[in-house]
Amino acid sequence: MAAISNTVSDSMGKSETINLRKQMRVGESIIQAFLFFCAAVSILTTLGIVIILFRESLRFFASPEVDLLQFFTSTTWQPKLGQFGIWPLLTATLMTTAIAMLVATPIGLFVAIYMSEYATESARNKIKPTLEILAGVPTVVYGYFALTWMTPLLRGIFGKDVVGIYNTASAGLVMGILLLPLIATMSEDALHAVPRSLREAAFSLGATKFETSVKVVVPAAISGIAAAILLAVSRAVGETMIVALAAGAGPNFTFNPFKAAETVTGHIVRISGGDLSYDSLDYNSLFALALVLFFVTLILNLISARVVKAFREEYE
Amino acid sequence: MSSINSFREQRKKEKEKEFSSNNLPKRHLIGRIWRYIYTLSTFFGILILAVLLLDIVNDSFGYIAISEKVPVATLSADGTPLEMMPKSQLISILKEHLSKNRIKTLEKAKPLDELTEEELIAIIIEDVVQLQIEKVWGLYDSIFRKDEINAFMAQELPEATLTFTHWLDRAFITSPQSSSALYAGVRTAIMGSLYVIFITVAVAFPIGIGAAIYLQEYATDNWINQVIETNINNLAGVPSIIYGMLGLAIFVRVMAPLTSGALFGYPSADPNNGRTILSAGLTMSLLILPVIIINAQEAIKAVPNSLREAAFGVGATKWQTVWNHVIPNAMSGILTGTILSISRAFGETAPLIIVGATTYITFDPDGVFSKFTSLPVQIYQWAARPQDEFRSIAAAAIIVLMVLLLALNTTAILLRNRFSRRYQ
Repeated sequence: MAAISNTVSDSMGKSETINLRKQMRVGESIIQAFLFFCAAVSILTTLGIVIILFRESLRFFASPEVDLLQFFTSTTWQPKLGQFGIWPLLTATLMTTAIAMLVATPIGLFVAIYMSEYATESARNKIKPTLEILAGVPTVVYGYFALTWMTPLLRGIFGKDVVGIYNTASAGLVMGILLLPLIATMSEDALHAVPRSLREAAFSLGATKFETSVKVVVPAAISGIAAAILLAVSRAVGETMIVALAAGAGPNFTFNPFKAAETVTGHIVRISGGDLSYDSLDYNSLFALALVLFFVTLILNLISARVVKAFREEYE
Repeated sequence: MSSINSFREQRKKEKEKEFSSNNLPKRHLIGRIWRYIYTLSTFFGILILAVLLLDIVNDSFGYIAISEKVPVATLSADGTPLEMMPKSQLISILKEHLSKNRIKTLEKAKPLDELTEEELIAIIIEDVVQLQIEKVWGLYDSIFRKDEINAFMAQELPEATLTFTHWLDRAFITSPQSSSALYAGVRTAIMGSLYVIFITVAVAFPIGIGAAIYLQEYATDNWINQVIETNINNLAGVPSIIYGMLGLAIFVRVMAPLTSGALFGYPSADPNNGRTILSAGLTMSLLILPVIIINAQEAIKAVPNSLREAAFGVGATKWQTVWNHVIPNAMSGILTGTILSISRAFGETAPLIIVGATTYITFDPDGVFSKFTSLPVQIYQWAARPQDEFRSIAAAAIIVLMVLLLALNTTAILLRNRFSRRYQ
């Protein structure tokens, strides 16, 4: 009250002065601080992941049974015998990923070209949501599918003594089906963004529809397609439930896709699903594996982001 | 000179050959072939979805051959069916066939005299008769190969009875987990999943929206905000299993006194074991946070700037503008994105296995500090068992999971339509 009457008496006879400075509003500042905290949670998550993975991995490598050189060179992973070589797990991951990409890349790209270049608008509006349903199916369902449909199919084709009950081929093929919608929809977005004028220029020079799509549109959208493929590889490396159910339970250094082998992710899930006591060598070894996995996927994701930037063709 | 001329002529001829209309049919043919390949690939994608669904339906219905360890007919001398027997006779059958210890444990749960006749019969069927599944057929075989099944039954399993089973029935949804496929249900798993999702949403939704608002409305273009932005995009690509490891190390282990409920005096809490619903929910919320933030950012970006300027123009503060104008207008997009990420979390399996959803429990979770299992984890465990009957109930559980996911996604679409506002 006093302050108001003060200004009133002051302003008697003079021109009124208004305080134009930004006013400090405590409520607003608190809200802004809270919102900043929300955004910072993501930083804390990343820090948490990195710190936890490094700390536990350091404990693992510091223990007398483990040798860093052996970890990256040995081809046996037998925790009971004190053998920790990551290669059997890595080769299994490599194989399932390679098989998955062999399925998903061509088919996904073909579907994308079909949707973007050939399909009518109404067909496209039906195909895309169907593929999105396929992408929304939980991975454990794909694992079940690999185990109860793909494996019997492979055993029926190649013979039961050639194909094991658990094998990387079945897991890889089904993983390819999982990644197909990802590659198809992302590539389709990239193809769709290519300006119409490019296609019309090609047509006017006498190119057929096929020649236009393969020699003009696909090269113009190559950055988006490459990013989609890299992202799919990173998904394949980190994919867990399909390999946990269908690829096998037990590290196995083999390049035969019809034999059982355990991937990095499959091993982590199997060991952590059982009785696991903290600070045991098993427990720490999982974090070392997770660290390798984290870096592989992180690098793939970063390259993917870089590819989009570096190879983007700018139009207009 | 002449050599150059002849070379030029040769080139010219080659060019003419290449561009002559003679090769046009060939080029069109190649175009047509590739067109077929593209179309076939697309059909393959749709076909595989159909095969996937059919495979699951096929496995969740069909004939099963059941044999009785102690045939029901031998239980009474004169062959009266169990349903017609008086209570006293049912109790005497139990006492006759079961060990004294088993009777004692049954009595401890509830005295036998106080049980109803139906309950007594259920105990007799489970403990005395001991139904065993000998063989399981899928729906396709049950319909089209009935003769072969009958022949097989007559030859290999003359003692067993053949019944057509819907693995997915009311009892399957309402009964708890069990070690026998015949009595197992998904009730505990569904409850566990719902509890975990509840925690996940309660944590991730406000933080996610808060972060999106900060990044879209408040953040200036300085290095820390750029780091946050890049970081969120990278987090979205981290495999879910890594989040599981983070949850195991932080929520389950370091924060065990809090997440196990020991700090809050939760009965039967083990302060060293944080494998609870709370840990799982927190882990899942970190997992879906980046997706929620990215989706919410898109929704906020779509709110036209004129709305903000109009609010500022009439003297609203920043927060008043955001709270009264930006959020209501972005709500449909935010909700859609959130529900889609919830449906992702609902089907997520690996992180839950790592933070400890594998406990064998037959009781409903009674709060956030309870041990739990979840629907996808349950499917994983059943599918991983070698017996066919467990694969069948895994298939039935998959149908339950898919129906729940479908319901979630439909809600997302309905919400989007209800809240959507259009400008211009």
